[in-house]
Amino acid sequence: MSRISEVSAEAAQQGRKLLIPYVVAGDPDLPTTLKLMHKLVADGADMIELGVPFSDPSSDGPVIQRGVERAIAGGTNLAKVLDLVAEFRLQNSSTPIVLMGYLNPVEIMGYEAFATRASDVGVDGVLIVDMPPSEASGLCDLLKERRIDTIFLVAPTTTDTRCAQIVANCSGYLYYVSLKGVTGAALLDTESVRLSIEKLRKMTDLPIVIGFGIKDAASARTMGALSEGVIIGSALVERIEKLSPGDTSSAQQLAHVTEVIKTAREALDSL
Amino acid sequence: MPDMQQDSIGFAGPDSLGHFGPYGGTFVGETLIAAVEELSRVYEEVSKDPEFWAEYDHDLKYYVGRPSPLYLAERLTAAAGGAKIYLKREDLNHTGAHKVNNTIGQALLAKRMGKTRIIAETGAGQHGVASATVAARLGLECFVYMGAEDIQRQAPNVYRMKLLGATVVSVDSGSRTLKDAMNEALRDWATNVDSTYYIIGTVAGPHPYPQIVRDFQCIIGRETREQSLAQLGQLPDALVACVGGGSNAIGMFHPFLNDSSVAMYGVEAGGDGVETGRHAAPLSAGVPGVLHGNRTYLMTDSGGQIMETHSVSAGLDYPGVGPEHAWLKDLKRVNYVNATDSEAMKAFHQLTRLEGIIPALESAHAVAYAMRLAATMAPEQSVVINLSGRGDKDIQTVAKLEGLTL
Ligand SMILES: Cc1ncc(COP(=O)(O)O)c(C=O)c1O
Repeated sequence: MSRISEVSAEAAQQGRKLLIPYVVAGDPDLPTTLKLMHKLVADGADMIELGVPFSDPSSDGPVIQRGVERAIAGGTNLAKVLDLVAEFRLQNSSTPIVLMGYLNPVEIMGYEAFATRASDVGVDGVLIVDMPPSEASGLCDLLKERRIDTIFLVAPTTTDTRCAQIVANCSGYLYYVSLKGVTGAALLDTESVRLSIEKLRKMTDLPIVIGFGIKDAASARTMGALSEGVIIGSALVERIEKLSPGDTSSAQQLAHVTEVIKTAREALDSL
Repeated sequence: MPDMQQDSIGFAGPDSLGHFGPYGGTFVGETLIAAVEELSRVYEEVSKDPEFWAEYDHDLKYYVGRPSPLYLAERLTAAAGGAKIYLKREDLNHTGAHKVNNTIGQALLAKRMGKTRIIAETGAGQHGVASATVAARLGLECFVYMGAEDIQRQAPNVYRMKLLGATVVSVDSGSRTLKDAMNEALRDWATNVDSTYYIIGTVAGPHPYPQIVRDFQCIIGRETREQSLAQLGQLPDALVACVGGGSNAIGMFHPFLNDSSVAMYGVEAGGDGVETGRHAAPLSAGVPGVLHGNRTYLMTDSGGQIMETHSVSAGLDYPGVGPEHAWLKDLKRVNYVNATDSEAMKAFHQLTRLEGIIPALESAHAVAYAMRLAATMAPEQSVVINLSGRGDKDIQTVAKLEGLTL
C-alpha cells in the first residue's frame, strides 16, 4: 500500500477528513517552504501538495501565479523541489508528499530520471495538471513501478465516459475540481458538487478530495462534508505572499500563514 | 474542403488524438478537455459538410477579397540576383494579413456551436484584429488578450480592435507577450467554457486547433499551387514563409508536401542572432517539450522553464511552434532557418522601396531569407514568398528603431 493509501485508510477508520494544503515550493524561498511544511503538519495537515513552479501556469489564478513567479525569481526548479522533499524526509517519514505542477519541467528532466529521483527522495504522488490520462501512460507506468501514485483531476465539465477513464488510471486519491475556472476562484455551488461526488462514488473506491475555491474554515467544512477531504491552496499562498524572501520569517509569521489550516482542521474535525 | 493530401502517406496527420508523430496531443487541464473534445466532434462533422466549406469560400471571396494575387516582384528579383521571386499577397486580405483566413473559418464554427462570446490571444495584434472583425460581423462579444509589452509596440492595432468593439485585456504576467496572453486566454476559457469560443490564432494549442487552423490556412497553398501552374506553367522550386506559431507557413506548405521538387523554408525570428540566445527560434535552437496544450520544440531552460524570447516582430515573439512543424523538421521535409532583426529590417526597407509594398515585420523575415536563397539559385528557377501581412501596424516600431517619433 502506498503512503497516501495508508494515511487515507487510517483517516477513514478514524472518521477523520483529509486536509491537504498546497504551497508553491520556493515561495518565498526554499528554507521557508521547508519550515512551512513542518508547521503545516503540526497544525493538522494529513498530506502536502507541493507546487512545482512553472513559468506558464495556465490553470492557475493570479494568487498562485504570483507565488510561482516569486519561486522562479528565487531560482527554484524541479530538481531543487526534489531536493526539498529529501530534506523534509530527514525529519518526517510519514506525511505523504504530492508534487503538483505542469508537464514541461518533467519532460525536460526526462521521465525516467524524474521517476527515479522522485522515488529516491520519498515523493508519494504526482499530479500533472496538463497531462490527461490519454497522454499519461509513459510517465504513469514509470511512477507505478516505483509505487508512486499518479493523481488526476475530475472537473465539473468531465463527461461520464471520461470519469471512467480517469478513475481507471488514477491512484492515491481523486481530486475533484469544485468549479469551472482556475485556482483561487470562489464560486462554489454546493449542490452541484454533491451530485458530482455522488456520481463519482459509484465509480471508484478512491478517496475523493475537493479543491479549488476552498478558502476558510466554513468552505472547508461544507466541502469536507461531501467528500473525504479538502485541498487549500490559494488561501495559503495569499498569506505566504506577505512573507519576505531570504529565510527571514519569524515563527509568529509562519503561524499566521498556517492559521488557515489550523482553523480548517478544527472545522473538519467538528463534522 | 480541407486539403485532401493529408490522406496520402508520409505527411498524414494528425491522428485521432492530435499527434503528428511524437508531437501535438491534448495537454490541457481537465476543465478544458470537454471543450476541446466538443470542438473536435463538431469540426469532424463540419469538415465533411460541403455547405460549411461553401459558406467559408463565399466569405473568403466576398468579405476577405480572395484569391490573393501571386505577384512577380521584378525589382526585388533583380536586387537578389538569382531566381525569380514571387509574392503571395496575403497582405492584401481584408484586415491586412493571413490571420483572417482562420478567423473566418473559426467564427463559422463558433456560430454552429451556438457560442455567444469570442476570446482570442494576440501578439502583433493581427489575429486580435481579425478576431474582433469577425466578432463584429457576427454580433458576438469579443475579448482579446494581449501582452502589456505588445500593447505598447502595436498601438495602432490595439485601437483598431477597440474601434471594432472588442475589449483588449492587458496581460501583465510573465514576459508580458504572446505566450502570456495565451495563458490568460486559456484561463478565461476554463472559466467561461459554456458560453465561449476560443479562436486560437496559430497552429498551436491543444488538438484540434493545429489541424483546424492549418485547414483554414491551406487556402494560401492551394491558390499558390493553381496560380503557379497558370502563371509559371509549373510548380515553384522553393517556398519561403516566416514562422511564429507557424500558421501562414503551414498554410503555404501543406498543399505542396507531396511535391518533392518543391523545397520549403520556414524562417524563424533570429532576433539578435541565434548564437546570442536573444531570439525566437525554437526549431533552430530549441528542444521538445510541452506548452499550451501540445508537445513541440520549445525554448526552455534546463529546469523546464519557458525562456523569454526576443524578436523585433511581435508576431514571431513566441517560444513554441506548431507541432506539425516540429514533425516536418524531424522528417526533414521543411528546412527551418532564421533571419535576424537587422536582416528583417533591411528587407523591410528593400521591399518597400523596390516594390512599393510595405511588409509586416514578420513577413520581412521571409523576404530577407528568400533574397539570400534566390541569390544561390538560377534565373529560370522561382521562389514564392508568403507575404503574410502588410506593415502599416509596424511603422511606429520601425520609426522608433530609426530614432524618429511619429
Ligand atoms: C503578418 C503576420 N505574419 C506572421 C505572423 C506569425 O504567425 P504565424 O507563424 O502563425 O503565421 C503574424 C502573427 O501575428 C503576423 O501578424
